[in-house]
Amino acid sequence: MENLYREHILDHYRHPRNQGTLENADISCEQDNPVCGDVVRLDIRLSAGRVSEARFDGHGCVISMASASMFTEEILGKTVEELRVLQDEDVFSMLGITLGPVRAKCGLLPLRVLHEGLARLERTYGCSLSA
Amino acid sequence: MNIKSKTRLDPAALRTDFPILAREVHGKPLVYLDNAASTQKPQAALETVDEFHRAHYANIHRGVHTLSEEATTAYEEARDKLVAFVNAPNRRGVIFTRNTTEAINLVAYAWGRTHVGPGDRIVVTEMEHHSNLVPWQVLAREVGAELAYVSVTDEGLLDLESLDRLLHGSVKLVAFTHVSNVLGTVNPAREIVTRAHAAGARALVDAAQSVPHLPVDVEALDCDFLAFSGHKMCGPTGASVLYGRLELLEEMSPFLTGGGMIERVERMEATWADLPGKFEAGTPAITEAVGLGAAVDYLSGVGMEAVWAHEQELAFYALERLVEMPGVRVIGPLAGERSGVVAFTVESIHPHDLAQALDWEGIAIRAGHHCAQPLHERLELEATARASFYLYNTREEVDRLVEGIQKAQGWF
Repeated sequence: MENLYREHILDHYRHPRNQGTLENADISCEQDNPVCGDVVRLDIRLSAGRVSEARFDGHGCVISMASASMFTEEILGKTVEELRVLQDEDVFSMLGITLGPVRAKCGLLPLRVLHEGLARLERTYGCSLSA
Repeated sequence: MNIKSKTRLDPAALRTDFPILAREVHGKPLVYLDNAASTQKPQAALETVDEFHRAHYANIHRGVHTLSEEATTAYEEARDKLVAFVNAPNRRGVIFTRNTTEAINLVAYAWGRTHVGPGDRIVVTEMEHHSNLVPWQVLAREVGAELAYVSVTDEGLLDLESLDRLLHGSVKLVAFTHVSNVLGTVNPAREIVTRAHAAGARALVDAAQSVPHLPVDVEALDCDFLAFSGHKMCGPTGASVLYGRLELLEEMSPFLTGGGMIERVERMEATWADLPGKFEAGTPAITEAVGLGAAVDYLSGVGMEAVWAHEQELAFYALERLVEMPGVRVIGPLAGERSGVVAFTVESIHPHDLAQALDWEGIAIRAGHHCAQPLHERLELEATARASFYLYNTREEVDRLVEGIQKAQGWF
């Protein structure tokens, strides 16, 4: 159990960072994992091409919520380009635990939400964005 | 094979027939409570499959050589065992498919497309597994038919009045589950079939959670189609059964086409083989069918009445223990006839986290929506945990489940 539910994971679950929403966020997106009902919403404000503020909201299992909380801290200060190239491996490194295929989906939910949010942002501006 | 009791089975003795149950998980003895998803295999069936591979295997039906004849005999004898197991009136109406999902797709494709048309109604229920929903959604959309739902009550039973309200006009099919894979509800299948027929509709029974657990007689049910999975009844994956009423199967066009299901092939056309071959295209899951035949032998030896009685006892013991736990809510009927499927929620613990915590204690349950998203929506639940019992589970394992939940409640 301790392997999966390390101190930092449980800490983020019990005391989430940056939980809430942002008005007039530059990126705002929500996704759910229909398999288990986890829902993650991300609101991101950009300033001079970098993440200046990030919030998450939603409900779900320990892994998905802890991941979302850690994610909002992880992406602070990143450029849009740096956000776009974030991969599954980066999330796993961030979490610092090994996830089986089913729980991996829980952990990766914030990343999926981010990518969808970025795609929408690019469509709005009608061109690809770079820092 | 051990104890053959007609009235009371001895799970402790039966367990020794299942090698995997001796396993440890995370250093704890395995408590396998995910039988609704799939079941474990008895030594006798494993040996039959091994022996078949070692001594009798070849492709079937076409060959004149000895091995082919032996393999064909083994395959067709397995079919005969399934025929007897569900009391099918004719072996030509018992078709091997890969799984229940494929069996239902076969009916949707080969019967549905020529018997359901614009403005017709297909009736399903809110408690269906996706495999007995999605094929009908797709069919309805393709042919312009209406898909209508029988409601589930708050107690987890089918609201038969809501069924009656749908049995008028051009209703063509009632597709329903015999036993729910989430609620454990046993539906009055014979009654539903009768009502469907009275309204001029055909009846398809999803028996994936019934045939493995209780005696099912397709002739007595008088259903038009019935499907169940071999791997959920101690058989290997890959061999399952579609039972169909002969007169319907006879006039249906094939599902998959190619070798094995033809009689004569010319350049521009072909004629079809007789039943059941017409619906068994290509090389079938020969070994798997033989393995399923062996599983049927095993279950018949234990006795399906005994299996059902044991499961009822375990289910009610589990309910008894779970309902007295603070923060635990059982989903589905708390009284009446009930299968060994027990879904529940634990306050403040997401089912995934609960399943993870139980896994750490060696306990295998299922968490999620169990391929029944519309049901979870009806119950206003995101996800549930599910423990499901079989002939080899014991009261002690129920106690371990309860202890595991208590431990998780302490942990989170």
